[in-house]
Amino acid sequence: MIESFCDWLSNTSISLTIQTVMWVIPAVQTIHILCVAIVMSCMAMMDLRLIGLAGTRRPVSAAVSRFVPWVWGALPVLLTTGVILIVGEPSRELLNPYFRFKMLFLAVVVVITFFVQRLNKRDATFWETRRILAALTGVASLLLWVGIVSAGRWIAYY
Amino acid sequence: MVIPEFCAWLENTAVGSSIRQSTWLFPTIETIHVLATVIVVGSVTMLDLRLLNIAYRDRSIREVHEDVLPWTWTSFAVAAIAGSLLFSSSATKYYHNVPFRIKMVLLLLIAVNAGFFELGTYRRVANSDRESRIPRAAKIAGAVGIVFWIGVVACGRWIGFTK
Repeated sequence: MIESFCDWLSNTSISLTIQTVMWVIPAVQTIHILCVAIVMSCMAMMDLRLIGLAGTRRPVSAAVSRFVPWVWGALPVLLTTGVILIVGEPSRELLNPYFRFKMLFLAVVVVITFFVQRLNKRDATFWETRRILAALTGVASLLLWVGIVSAGRWIAYY
Repeated sequence: MVIPEFCAWLENTAVGSSIRQSTWLFPTIETIHVLATVIVVGSVTMLDLRLLNIAYRDRSIREVHEDVLPWTWTSFAVAAIAGSLLFSSSATKYYHNVPFRIKMVLLLLIAVNAGFFELGTYRRVANSDRESRIPRAAKIAGAVGIVFWIGVVACGRWIGFTK
């Protein structure tokens, strides 16, 4: 099923264009990585604040409301560039176990980030008053993002 | 010329040849290099955007500098060590690679830009808050930093697409 979809997609004219125009894939990957830099740094700063290791002069709620909007801003660009890369090389991505892990980690971390923001909006002291839950959430989020970047790089080596 | 001989020696050291011959060492070190690089670029961009008055406007430049740059420096050390190990695996090839050379020149220019800022401009703007006008020198430092780091990432990715 997925194999035949990959075959079909890789023979569409848009895929053939991406495959033959040499600079498209490196250029799109560069934009993708720059957005990863934004997301990864914002999430690292927020997660380290949740854990209590960075930016401790300011409340947790300030870190959450400062950093999360950048992630929602960068994610559409990441999805768009990601889709372009998939269209260009469908079987490299869609049949790749690292790609599947990456998408799984992404889905989980998006849900976590959504709830971190949501609970913070409802009650600005929520994460401040639940130190252990905050630290565990920060560690989980950080590990998932590290997993996403690592799996992303390993796609090239499957 | 001494550099080509150094490259030839480096890639034949135990470290260089193990990384080249192993199936998993290169991708693993490369993953660490990418993780450290995205933290370097993202975190230094936070300061650059503050200098451009785009982000973090409610906080002094000093506070952003103190919160963010220690992570930038730590990650840079990791990225540089991992990058050197990757270089050692095929030093001669990288030495002759055009995007690699451009990347190194850009890193040098970034160092000059950062040095100018840290040793001069920063002292004047450290206490800038929401109301302060940011001097042109600081804005230029921020803009130059962003543009050059984008160049470094682009060249880094480009290396992987050249022989």
